[in-house]
Amino acid sequence: MSAIFKDHDSDKPVKRKWWTSRVAIYTALFLWAVICLFPIYWTFTTSFKLAPDVMRGNMVPWWDFTPRWKGWESIGFSPRLIGEVSTVRDEFLKRFWNSTVISLTASFLAVVLGSLAAYGLSRFNYRFGFMKNSDISFFFLSQMILPPVVLALPFLVLYKSLALLDTRVGLILLYTLMVLPIVIWIMRDQFQGIPIELEEAALVDGLGIWGAFLQIVVPIALPGMVAAFILSLVLCWNEYFFAALLTATNSTTLPVMVASQTGSQGINWWSMAALSSAAILPLIVVAIFLEKYIIKGMAAGAVK
Amino acid sequence: MLAESATHQTMMIEGDLLHTVTADNISDKRKRFGKLLVWGTALFGLSLALWQFAFETGRVANGFDNWRPVLYAYMLWATALCAAQVIVNGEKGKRTLFVLPAALFVISLVVFPLLFALYISFTDWNLASPNGPQPNGLANVREMWNDEFYWNALKNMVFYVLAVSVEYIIAFGLALLLNSQIRARKFFRVVFLLPLMLSPVAVSWMIGKSMLEVRFGPISRLLREIGIEPSFFGSAEVARFMIMAMDAWTFIPFMMIMLLAGLQALPQEVIEASKVDGATGWQSFKEVIFPLMLPVSVTAIVIRIIFKLKLADIIINVTSGGPGGATDSVTSFIFREYRDRSNVGYGTLLAIVYLILIIIFVTVLLKVVSRWMERPA
Repeated sequence: MSAIFKDHDSDKPVKRKWWTSRVAIYTALFLWAVICLFPIYWTFTTSFKLAPDVMRGNMVPWWDFTPRWKGWESIGFSPRLIGEVSTVRDEFLKRFWNSTVISLTASFLAVVLGSLAAYGLSRFNYRFGFMKNSDISFFFLSQMILPPVVLALPFLVLYKSLALLDTRVGLILLYTLMVLPIVIWIMRDQFQGIPIELEEAALVDGLGIWGAFLQIVVPIALPGMVAAFILSLVLCWNEYFFAALLTATNSTTLPVMVASQTGSQGINWWSMAALSSAAILPLIVVAIFLEKYIIKGMAAGAVK
Repeated sequence: MLAESATHQTMMIEGDLLHTVTADNISDKRKRFGKLLVWGTALFGLSLALWQFAFETGRVANGFDNWRPVLYAYMLWATALCAAQVIVNGEKGKRTLFVLPAALFVISLVVFPLLFALYISFTDWNLASPNGPQPNGLANVREMWNDEFYWNALKNMVFYVLAVSVEYIIAFGLALLLNSQIRARKFFRVVFLLPLMLSPVAVSWMIGKSMLEVRFGPISRLLREIGIEPSFFGSAEVARFMIMAMDAWTFIPFMMIMLLAGLQALPQEVIEASKVDGATGWQSFKEVIFPLMLPVSVTAIVIRIIFKLKLADIIINVTSGGPGGATDSVTSFIFREYRDRSNVGYGTLLAIVYLILIIIFVTVLLKVVSRWMERPA
């Protein structure tokens, strides 16, 4: 039926307008997709290039250059080296492991501490001295504006006297502190969305407040917690400033390793590209498979 | 009417949401035990700290190698304090236990270091000098007053913060695109999100050092094709713009996702009603969508500005503040003050001053915009 009307002369401009808006929308989308993807594509392909390929500006593998493993060999990952002992690979894996342990532990700690605090603040009345609930919330969230540089130097001195410099524990503590306000911001929103009648029913049925929290509320709020956890993970994994100041050899994380190579290696593009690719790869995987949670975490608090 | 609803709202937030009826019967003995636990561990920690202090100042012959045992004693005290809440206050203590660990954690990691920072910012502490910290009154303040590079870095921060407005426009446009009727929406959402996942350090190399490399970088090549001789970090304005662009590239997805969430929560009827009333696309955006999006926009911009004030990683790794301090942010400037000159005392003073400026700025900002925000921060 609609076909009859759409062929009419007076409908043609409408159709043309619809088509132009489609074309405009998809052009914009593709343009921005290229802007987002090209640096990543460039880094990945460069890690398989040799010096002449870089100088000639070749970009498409197998078409204008032949992929080589040279870049990946410089951090010990290539079909030829994978079975052998490689110090560079051990070095890389050590940094990778440091990053993993530190960001996982810090995110976990922050989610535990932050969820408890957010739950308490959304359910009970507190009075610590002059501080009421809204003041306590503000106290936690205001930590977000604290620039890392204010804490960095005192921590340097404190950690020195506590023998926590260049240890994982030291970084974990700081990272937990750094993401805690964000976790509280997200979780407060989550808990406010859970109807209070559920816990009231649980209390009537004989659970304590902690029992109600652990058995009733936590399972419901779990997706929110996962969202907060993943967002924290991303922030901790990418953190550079504290790691650069407070670690030297033992507990250096991946960003510090990448940064320390940028200056020294000059035009050694392939190895830098391989190192950068390896450092960003885990997070790209996280982004592709857990995108739902990341978006959920960031959208919390923006919309009621 | 307005005031009434405002008080009602605060009542809602302040009101005891989950009512619990408790009949605790706590014996005096139990209460005494709880208090003893807190005071005992506190006294233990304090005496340990005093002992260590006496050892470090040379009044006592033997002590520990470092202050680690004092830290353990402090943690013991914190645990005792948490336990004592339940021992002394029963059910009420169990409620306190939700917030207390996080509060203790933040206080011990922020408040104490801040007080300590306040002290070292008035000393001439240089890690390279053997004397340790010596109070030097207002000498650091005077030095800061005459330090052109610090004021320059502050001025740069103003530019960087202003760049948020452009990021906002782009992010809003992208959110609108993603919210329109398109195919493969999930694909585009993931792709648009990717830059946010990358660490600023990796971005520094991927874009700042390789794609913008003057001889072989693809962008330089492209510019040469058009007939422009590329120079990205030579002049002050271009270098600053490049830093802004890289930072924007990483953080636009952040604003975009908040705005997209806002767009998806808009009441569809209102927008359709405006279409029925004959509004063109632009009109319905200007008159309906944009005003409805104001709270989300303000929240996104405020949070983005707060993140922007910490900008440092990209600058440290790409330009180190050059050329001539043109791209320096306050954080990267202080970072080098420490790295190159080990000037802990002076660097800390600069950081404290920056913190004070930030607090003033953010407070004023929140005051001005809070009436458009969904909820007070």
